[in-house]
Amino acid sequence: MLGLIAGIPYWAQSLLRVLGGIVAVLLPAGTIVYVFLFKMMSFMQSRLGPMEAGPFGSLQLFAEVGKWLQKEDLYPERADKFIFKMAPLIVLSSTFLLVAVVPFGPDAWFTNFEAGVFYALAVSSVSVLGILIAGWASANKYSLLGGLRGAGQLIAYELPMVLAVIGVVIQADTMNLQQIVVAQNAGSIFGWDGLGNPYILTQFIGFIIFMIAVQAELTQTPFDMPIAESELVSGYMTEYSGFRFLIFFISEFATAGVFALIASILFLGGWGVPFSWFGWTSIDSIDNWMNVVGPLIMFTKMMLLVFVIMWVRFSYPRFREDQLQRFAWKVLIPLSLVNIMATSVLKVAF
Amino acid sequence: MTMLGDRQQLAYIASQAADARVNVELETEGMTLNIGPQHPATHGTLRIIARLDGEQVVWAEPSCGYMHRGYEKLTEVRTFPQVTALVNRIDWLGSFANEVPFILAAEQLMGIEAPPRAQWIRTILFELSRIANVSLVLGDLGVQLGAITPVFFAFRDREYVLNLIEGATGGRFHPNFDRIGGLKDDLPAGFIDETRAVMRKMRKFCDEIEGLLFGNEIFEARTRGIGVIPRDVALQYGLSGANLRGSGVDWDLRRDQKLPMAWDKVDWKVWTHPDGDSYARCWIRLQEVRESTLIVEKLLDSLPSGPVMAKVPRIIKVPEGEAWVSTENPLGEMGYYVVSKGELGPFRVKIRSASFNNISIVPWLLKGVYVPDIITILASLYFILGDIDR
Repeated sequence: MLGLIAGIPYWAQSLLRVLGGIVAVLLPAGTIVYVFLFKMMSFMQSRLGPMEAGPFGSLQLFAEVGKWLQKEDLYPERADKFIFKMAPLIVLSSTFLLVAVVPFGPDAWFTNFEAGVFYALAVSSVSVLGILIAGWASANKYSLLGGLRGAGQLIAYELPMVLAVIGVVIQADTMNLQQIVVAQNAGSIFGWDGLGNPYILTQFIGFIIFMIAVQAELTQTPFDMPIAESELVSGYMTEYSGFRFLIFFISEFATAGVFALIASILFLGGWGVPFSWFGWTSIDSIDNWMNVVGPLIMFTKMMLLVFVIMWVRFSYPRFREDQLQRFAWKVLIPLSLVNIMATSVLKVAF
Repeated sequence: MTMLGDRQQLAYIASQAADARVNVELETEGMTLNIGPQHPATHGTLRIIARLDGEQVVWAEPSCGYMHRGYEKLTEVRTFPQVTALVNRIDWLGSFANEVPFILAAEQLMGIEAPPRAQWIRTILFELSRIANVSLVLGDLGVQLGAITPVFFAFRDREYVLNLIEGATGGRFHPNFDRIGGLKDDLPAGFIDETRAVMRKMRKFCDEIEGLLFGNEIFEARTRGIGVIPRDVALQYGLSGANLRGSGVDWDLRRDQKLPMAWDKVDWKVWTHPDGDSYARCWIRLQEVRESTLIVEKLLDSLPSGPVMAKVPRIIKVPEGEAWVSTENPLGEMGYYVVSKGELGPFRVKIRSASFNNISIVPWLLKGVYVPDIITILASLYFILGDIDR
């Protein structure tokens, strides 16, 4: 498989990787995750969930996409039409840009560059722009409130997220996501390498802070004030309908998936299995079949984390805006700073 | 401004002054936000006009009437037995409870009283409709606060109670079962055992909701100390029901007045809470559902035998006179002032519904709160649009 790709120019390689990734990974993964989530949510709420489209509602995603695509493309009369139309695309592009650095296997990656963590955190905050201009351009008071809340919240939670990741970066000595995966799976806990060294064990506080920040970044309950169905009537999404709403909708679920992927790389060992199981020593000695098994492992971990995200979402009520900010600045940020200090001290000590 | 009363005028001037102060201090311009009439948090078509400074409410006023159906006027062209079909659409979640005070008022005018068994069954159905009504709002609290799961539990378990009401009366939402002098029918076979089972289920539902919402830190942070109504203010604004008891006033018409109903035949407790905040109001409702299930069980234990209908003429003509009867409905005090001229139908009926008075406190209560708290406060005040607009 490698020999096949190696012979063609770099741009074609990238294109092949992207197309292959979308068709082979994202589409089926999206369908499965979607059905899984909806079924899970329904069972938690003593409902049946999607039943009609396909066996056990497995084609529900296609049914909904079809429905949204048929709808009229409406926009408010006084909306700033150009940026109104642009906003969902910005939010969605932020999601897809995130996938670009996610490694799915030893060779199954789109791009592999040194500042991967930095890039991921940077592009994830592009969605703030989309939310803010969606709120502004809708010419709707509810949307404006939602957009402003969204901007305040996403900026506040960007910080604990970055600070939580710094602990991992210190421990792994690298910002390359691929090497963070390798460092976890090739590592050992006090000389015992049966499990590698997934950072969820050593960076548990970081993991919790990261997941809370992710929940806020995704604007999922308990941090969903920008959307706030019952107060702001979907906030910045109020005026969107048809396929523009669809794009927001997809990016909401897709971003949940992508953040779960990044969390699984940073804390759960990503695509890898502990190298000691098969006697591998470095990334070059890994067998080729990991390019197929790796994505599946990663997918499982992602499902697990998405399940946790959604579980919290469906069982908690939401904070108020000021309580949310207080929580970020007074609890999460000091805690993550302490975590960084402890990590660096221990890193130097050992 | 000439049409406004003194109190309203003062409130208006005060709000203008507050606006001016805010504008001088921060040089910001307030934003007027129309919450409703099509807003999901208003359970229908209540419109709340709120002037905001940032996310803080400077001034708010409920504007109702979007669903006015003119029931008071409509009753004047109906005969007495026909009125129940109208009035049980006022508070559509606890319909049977709407019929009772009107029928009691008519009976009072005619000088008759329903036989004991009918009184017992009336009370049981009254409490069942209270359970059906309030258990739904317990789930709805979650939705208003962003947790979407509790409402599904509420709809699931309320269904059992509605099935009971349907079994006894034939109508799930609008029983239209109460008659002057008694009830249309006796209870169906198997109703008693079924009711006992459902009451156990409802108590389990209350435990579930208590664990899911009332024990949740975020729920407490969102409701404790929010929308505090002191005892005096609650009395001044004429609040009733759980909103009043949540402010520490021990007042329950079921206990405090003598009516030909069966509440005084069994022991039960009136719950009050000293805090007066949103949490207190919600908590009172939770306790009341529990208490109602116990009342129903105790009434079933002591259900007397006998007829369910007193001797009344085939064509009902209510003698000339005026009567006022009010009962403790799921939403609060609901009463009918019935004026009869000795004809087939009432000459005039004045309906005092609980929600209309309960939301009259909204302008006072919403001043200074944040936008998200508007929703919690409205949810904890718990109104039903039909009950406001009639």
